[in-house]
Amino acid sequence: MSAADWRRAMNLQPRPLGARPGQAAAAVARPPRAGRGRVTNPVRLHHVVVLAFLVAYPWFATPFFTYQIGAQALALGLIALSLTFLAGSGGMISLAQMTVAGLAGYMVAIFGAAATDGATLGWPWWLAVLLGIAVAVVAATGIGWLSVRTEGIYTIMITLAIGVAFYYMALQNYAVFNGFQGKQKVFPPTLAGIYWRDPTPFYYLALACALAGYLLVVYLLRTPFGIALQGIRDNPRRMHALGFNVTAHRVAAYAVAGLLAAVGGVLFTWYNGLVTPGSVGTGWLINILVIAVLGGLRHPVGAFLGAIVFVLVQNFAIDVIDRERFNLVIGVVFLVIVLFSRDGLLGWWAALSARMSTHRGGSPWTAARTRSYARSSPSPSSPS
Amino acid sequence: MTRFWAWFRALVIGVPILAFTVWALQDNSRLFVVTLLNGLTLASLYFIVASGFTLVFGLMRNVNLAHGSLYLLGGYLGFFTAQFTGSWLLALAAGFAAAALVGLAMQVSIFRFMPGQDLRQTLVTIGLSIVIADLLMWAIGAQVHQLSPPAWLDGPLRGLPVIRAYSTYRLSLLPIGVLIGVALWLFLNRTRAGMMIRAGVDDRAMLAAAGVNVNLVFATTFAIGAGLAGLGGVIGAVELSMVPGEDTRLLLASLVVVIVGGMGSVAGAAIGAAILGLAETYGLAYAPTYSVVFTFGILVLVLAFRPRGILGRPA
Repeated sequence: MSAADWRRAMNLQPRPLGARPGQAAAAVARPPRAGRGRVTNPVRLHHVVVLAFLVAYPWFATPFFTYQIGAQALALGLIALSLTFLAGSGGMISLAQMTVAGLAGYMVAIFGAAATDGATLGWPWWLAVLLGIAVAVVAATGIGWLSVRTEGIYTIMITLAIGVAFYYMALQNYAVFNGFQGKQKVFPPTLAGIYWRDPTPFYYLALACALAGYLLVVYLLRTPFGIALQGIRDNPRRMHALGFNVTAHRVAAYAVAGLLAAVGGVLFTWYNGLVTPGSVGTGWLINILVIAVLGGLRHPVGAFLGAIVFVLVQNFAIDVIDRERFNLVIGVVFLVIVLFSRDGLLGWWAALSARMSTHRGGSPWTAARTRSYARSSPSPSSPS
Repeated sequence: MTRFWAWFRALVIGVPILAFTVWALQDNSRLFVVTLLNGLTLASLYFIVASGFTLVFGLMRNVNLAHGSLYLLGGYLGFFTAQFTGSWLLALAAGFAAAALVGLAMQVSIFRFMPGQDLRQTLVTIGLSIVIADLLMWAIGAQVHQLSPPAWLDGPLRGLPVIRAYSTYRLSLLPIGVLIGVALWLFLNRTRAGMMIRAGVDDRAMLAAAGVNVNLVFATTFAIGAGLAGLGGVIGAVELSMVPGEDTRLLLASLVVVIVGGMGSVAGAAIGAAILGLAETYGLAYAPTYSVVFTFGILVLVLAFRPRGILGRPA
């Protein structure tokens, strides 16, 4: 096979995400010509059921569950989704995703309206939101440009350092960021006669954004860009040799993740009604990683699973032990999952369904083929 | 070309520092010298903690993000030992031993089962640090614990030129740091155990093939690295103080030190600690609002131009 054939095969035959290896093997075995356009309908029954449940949720849940649990999990899940995309598909663990999200929240407060000292320009809400997201995406691209020079554990550390630097800047700057107090009373607008901070409207707003982000990631992972990104995750040197611009793909991944985190950050700021340095502190930087890893990095849905578990633990740790001991509970849950599953809750799910399918006569290879985020790469020096 | 750039870089970095030094000496020479000493003594503490971190990473490629928790643990245990026995040296020993034991337990019960999985180890240590920090807060509470220095190091040292007087304890940190650095260097470069550790850094499999019990070497190194964090904790309990939150602070300091200096290099840790300590104290003295941003600015610059740190080499 010539290089051009390989390229065409790679572009035309994206392995459907989460597909059974048997199907993937069949797809690869099919001649490349059959690939274009004729994609099997990816919608399954469980997709419809989950979507119906999510849409119907506010109708039977109490306002507390709609707002505190549902909407918060969706907003946090969207921020964690940006990390899932970066880490699961790009192999880059960035702890600065909450920083990007917090920056978007700050910008919305600064360009829009907030009831505090310090700069607030009071521009219309849609302009503030657009500008906030734009600034956050530019910042995320900058962070990406800086951190793609590093690999593995160094990436974690430089993004942690950037996040902490932003935290201290927000804490110590009073002219723009209003210091320790942060920006209070940052609320979504009243539009079409609906106050969007009421539990049900806000839930649907968060659901729409989260769904859009989720579908964007699922779509992107099947585009040539997404396939190339996953190739770079698995072997940057070979992708470089194949003529792909490794750095550009990685920076672009940071920009996409920045967009997701920024939207999530605006939602989270509206949810809280405020944005303070505390919400971009070390604790929250780590929390986003905890959420993403809890759910699992192999599939975008993991971010939302992790967010649901996180929010539930956060709200109900008080019943299990003590309000003050939330960190202990979430830490132990995190430890158990990291120690006993190779890929969070999704890893357990995959192991379970693999076992079920072996019982039903499926191939035992399914278990062996499950992808692990913790693959020990031979750590090649990046061809920069 | 390279020589030109080396000169260019030295000029770009050196000239502003030189100009600042001249201006600061002329403006207020006492402040300048006191800040210099503060910076160097803080650097000494950072070096002690970070050298353990870099030692563990250098041999095992294992980033122990629970290092700050070990620091806090050692500090608390040293504090209570000093309260019961009244001896500062015993407190030092207790802090070292406690952190070394916990580190040993971590190595034997967790890390041995996930060799080569850097990311998973990192995540596990993050989880451990969350749990340890919360357990310590539960057991000991959130109030400030400050250890008083031993009697023979208490009080100011008088009769110094320019600055007249300086805390004896803080000044004594300098020789302690140098002593630990030299001891570590001698241990790594002049003893048989150190030779094994260095061999393990270069080629783990070959060392095992040569008949060395690699697991024992790993466990020892991890215990020493963790113990250094505990030792730093007892020293820091006097110089700074022990409160929840210090663990993340020292962890971040260790991270910055080893990133700037280069992972796995003890000399790099010394350079990184000096840069960080001086930058932090000079920032606090001359531009208090943005001192921390200044520190991380240095980090970003180093990483942007030398991604593996000043003395780092490819993993």
